[in-house]
Amino acid sequence: MTAAIEARGLGKQYGRRWALTDCTLNVPAGHVVGLVGPNGAGKTTLINLSTGMLAPTTGSVTVLGKQPASDPGQLARVGYVAQDTPTYAGFSVEDHLRFGAHMNPAWDNALAQGRVQQLGLDLKQKAGKLSGGQRAQLALTLAIAKRPELLMLDEPIASLDPLARREFLQILMEATADQEFSVVMSSHLVTDLERVADYLIVLVASRIQVAGPVDTLLATHHLLTGPRREAAALPAGQQVITESHTDRQSTFVVRSDEPIHDPAFSVASLNLEDLVLAYMGSAKAGSPHLTLEGTR
Amino acid sequence: MIEFYLDSRSGVAPYLQLIQQVRQALRLGLLREGDQLPTVKDVSGLLAINPNTVLKAYRELEYEGLASARPGVGTFVTKTLTDASIAAHQQFSEDLLLWYRKARAAGLDSESIDGIYQQTVRSALQEEAV
Repeated sequence: MTAAIEARGLGKQYGRRWALTDCTLNVPAGHVVGLVGPNGAGKTTLINLSTGMLAPTTGSVTVLGKQPASDPGQLARVGYVAQDTPTYAGFSVEDHLRFGAHMNPAWDNALAQGRVQQLGLDLKQKAGKLSGGQRAQLALTLAIAKRPELLMLDEPIASLDPLARREFLQILMEATADQEFSVVMSSHLVTDLERVADYLIVLVASRIQVAGPVDTLLATHHLLTGPRREAAALPAGQQVITESHTDRQSTFVVRSDEPIHDPAFSVASLNLEDLVLAYMGSAKAGSPHLTLEGTR
Repeated sequence: MIEFYLDSRSGVAPYLQLIQQVRQALRLGLLREGDQLPTVKDVSGLLAINPNTVLKAYRELEYEGLASARPGVGTFVTKTLTDASIAAHQQFSEDLLLWYRKARAAGLDSESIDGIYQQTVRSALQEEAV
């Protein structure tokens, strides 16, 4: 199966600052990918490189097996909703639909009309007069109605209230089930992605810290607490993500493919948020670049 | 047709919650053989969850022999979990209520009552297993 996104040594430099460094990824198609990281980590840069809005400084990226935005056919396969779900303020809802139909060869007019009706949007209403939630829904409608194979959404719900967030995710998940496209969605909040993403990429300080299927990540990360011990004393198969010590006790978050049998430690599982926070903390502490999940 | 819900604080994986709710509905007779389960699209849309989560739950139910997928139509219940014992449910429920009221009258709080119940069931299961 062709990868949704495949990147090799991908990097982007602005002046002297690297917005994305040495990014190597292979995200299989058919997933809802959560791209998580603090603000300024490089999420938007990675998305913009994948849509072809930006050209890489180093390395390469392919999307659905081809170079991003290499030809009109490729453009039609990828849907993209930019940060804060922009629309044309002076265009009415109807204008947006007409514009979408004109610009996209595979445009599904019935689907677009149906969604707008379902959302209760007034066709004559100017997009500038819509609420934040309605504008986000309109942007999503346009992206879905172009019938993409891959849909990329950059922080689509960050500025929405909880109800509008939920409604947005409901429509997105319903469409994902219906049309079977792959989704890449960035957020600085893990809780937004918890039920939605089945593949996770954690990006901190311009580098990918970890990437892989959520089930695999949750199954291979453990929280260990026990009598004080140095990280170096742990078995070789256990990669330490974070550690903290008191004079008597040690707490580790480790990654291990093998079950942990050491009777001195109590072993607990992590939820997605704990896992992401562990990697964010570890990146901040400046530990060496961690290995990432390869292709499976 | 049943409607799923998710308890985000339970710590139970969403796909397991879906399976548990189907099993529960089967036991209570809310779902019977031949009934259709909500479509993957409907569940994903209602709960705002990944369609693969719903598929995983439905595949597990198929594996257990409780449901079967008809391509292009949906997933249907193939087995009923209620049996003759359902008639006795009411009586047991009433007995338990009497016991509960006795425990409350003796000054136990609901946490202790729940603890006693869980503990008793666990040790009974252990005895049966031996």
